Amino acid sequence: MKHRLGIWFFLGSEIAVFGGLIACYLLYRFRHPEWGLQAVHTLTGIGAINTVVLLTSSLTMILAHWFVEEDNFKSAANYLGMTILLGIVFLLFKSYEYHHEINQGLVPTKSLFWGFYYLMTGLHALHVIGGLVANGIIWTGLRKGFSTHRIESVGIYWHFVDVVWIFLFPLLYIASSGGAQ
Amino acid sequence: MAIIGGYLAYLFRYQLAFPNEPVPGYGLVGPDQYNSFVTMHGTIMVFWVAMPILLSGFGNFLLPLMIGAGDMAFPRLNMTSYWVFFLSTVVLLLSFFVPGGSFSGGWTIYPPLSASPGYTGVIWGGHLWILAVALEFTSMLMGGINFLTTTVAMRAKGMGLFRLPIFVWMINIASILFMFSVGPLIAGAFMLLADRLFDVGFYLPASGGDPLLFQHLFWFFGHPEVYVLLLPALGIIAEIFPVFSRKPLFGYRTIIYSTLVAGLLSFIVWAHHQFISGIDPRLAAPFSVTTILISVPFAITLFAFIATLWRGSIRLTTSMLFALGMLAEFLVGGVTGIFNGSTAADIYIHDTLFVVAHFHYTLFPVTFIATFAGIYYWYPKMFGRFMNETWGKVHFWITIIGFNAVFLPMFAFGLAGHQRRIFDPTLFDYLQPYQYLHVIATVGLIVMLAGQIPFIINFFASLSRGKVVDRNPWLANTLEWLAPSPPGHGNFDQEPVVQRGPYEYSHPLLKERDWISQGEL
Ligand code: HEM
Ligand SMILES: [Cu+2]
Repeated sequence: MKHRLGIWFFLGSEIAVFGGLIACYLLYRFRHPEWGLQAVHTLTGIGAINTVVLLTSSLTMILAHWFVEEDNFKSAANYLGMTILLGIVFLLFKSYEYHHEINQGLVPTKSLFWGFYYLMTGLHALHVIGGLVANGIIWTGLRKGFSTHRIESVGIYWHFVDVVWIFLFPLLYIASSGGAQ
Repeated sequence: MAIIGGYLAYLFRYQLAFPNEPVPGYGLVGPDQYNSFVTMHGTIMVFWVAMPILLSGFGNFLLPLMIGAGDMAFPRLNMTSYWVFFLSTVVLLLSFFVPGGSFSGGWTIYPPLSASPGYTGVIWGGHLWILAVALEFTSMLMGGINFLTTTVAMRAKGMGLFRLPIFVWMINIASILFMFSVGPLIAGAFMLLADRLFDVGFYLPASGGDPLLFQHLFWFFGHPEVYVLLLPALGIIAEIFPVFSRKPLFGYRTIIYSTLVAGLLSFIVWAHHQFISGIDPRLAAPFSVTTILISVPFAITLFAFIATLWRGSIRLTTSMLFALGMLAEFLVGGVTGIFNGSTAADIYIHDTLFVVAHFHYTLFPVTFIATFAGIYYWYPKMFGRFMNETWGKVHFWITIIGFNAVFLPMFAFGLAGHQRRIFDPTLFDYLQPYQYLHVIATVGLIVMLAGQIPFIINFFASLSRGKVVDRNPWLANTLEWLAPSPPGHGNFDQEPVVQRGPYEYSHPLLKERDWISQGEL
């Protein structure tokens, strides 16, 4: 009860951060239709794969939670381990994207669009890293065989990180045609 | 930190009264330093004095006691929050000593001044400022999560939501306001940092950015933030009035509801800080209206306080004096706020000393007068002894007189067109006739600062010399007075069970006494 409340209050403040950022982005985006042309240069394919990766990791997270409730810590640890792996895969893809873009000269200072792109995905990536650390702590606990009901809290957090990405993906990758004319 | 904030105020106040003369105890204050001192003064007072004292200080001590809990919900989070705060303080103080000096773009850190170090010449000071404030916010967020969870999950048996002391309500509403208003500013601060470090230009028109965006983000936070400071202070005096007038708090539920309404409204008034920032007049009108509307719930609360005092048997203890002082001074601040809220008037007085006087008439009572009221009131609970009342009264009168001497003249200045953040007022011919007011204000400040010496001595001397007290020296009805003074580990000897509301004094059925303790049936 206490931990669930705590994590929800925490997410409330997190939502306000990303909400603020997304609102700013949208305001600027309406003013700058030419951003559509710049968004064409994002690697939409990899972004899409990454979306699937994160969604799958949410699924394995739920399974891990379920197995904890069943007192089956071994399976729980396995699924949580998968979640962690998927999170790392996400970061690897993301770094490949950054690498590719920077090589093409698409750096944060290139234009405001790229500024927002790096800021928003970067902040999100930091949250992924934070989530991975939290998951890792729970994972070692499960491996040692003690019940950590806190998996519910980190789970909620992980879903939040996932949901944020689901907002960022269309905003930064797909919304590329609108201004193309 | 309060001492540093006050010392900075002394430095630039002295400069205003006696321009270009060395300040005793420091030396010459140059224009750059003036800007940086004003900036750091505002920053420190708001984020490092008012917020930590009122929310964290009083909140952490009182909230568990008042709801009958042994501790906060997450003690470890509490410690972390404390250390993060400590770190933020170190980072902020460090910024005084880096090359280029501390940040100097005003506590509102408006871009473009703040977006590019090129404008102010302050490089590291600015980065450190942002870092320090970010750490401080993180610490406060941790605290807020803890307050809310503690209140929801750890109340004693019988402690319904409408038996919570007003202070507990206020702390929680303040935490919620902070939690939901600070997010966009954090986002905005990331953008600002990106501008400063990598020249992205989110706020620079040359790159397609817009400096006004920052003002919106800042004040969307900044206005609710004022209530984050105000609410705990109102909570403190709401605890004191019923006890020292031996009457139930008037309109308990009404106060809660109107505070909730004010909290909601506080999210839609921010642009009243931007009437002269080039905002569309069609937009200015609704912001003006909501601003003036917001004074209604606060007026209701203040009237409820006055009604509580009405025909009570008032005991003028030091804490009661301070509580009354807070109410009176805050009224001045509130009423002058209406001037600022009306677009037409604000266009004239914006960024003058009138505004400075207005917000000090709200923030000073909130930060210091309410805090003193709280300290004199809860000192016996914290240390098991009374503070000396005579010295307390001396302290009260010097503080009140000094405070008014400092800020009353500023209204006149503002109306005369004296802009704020001016280094040397004697350079303006039309301000010359008023220069003597600056001298009065500065003398007032020195008197007021000196008046804190009796307080400090009293505080420490009473630790060993004060009269020893029992659990409930003021005969008050809230739960904290059931715990031993000072409360030991786990706060209560046995788990308290709440029988009645927190302010039941002078019940008609009671003959020889005017209250019943929470523990009695
Ligand atoms: C110790 C008594 C205080 C004195 C004598 C004092 C004096 C002043 C003066 C004269 C200014 C205007 C400087 C200028 O515009 O050139 C100022 C600015 C300011 N003060 Fe105070 N102040 C005091 C306490 C406080 C408190 C308690 C708070 C808030 C909790 C506060 C918050 C501010 C802020 C936010 C500014 C605006 C800074 C800026 O322009 O960036 N002050 N103060
Ligand atoms: Cu405001």
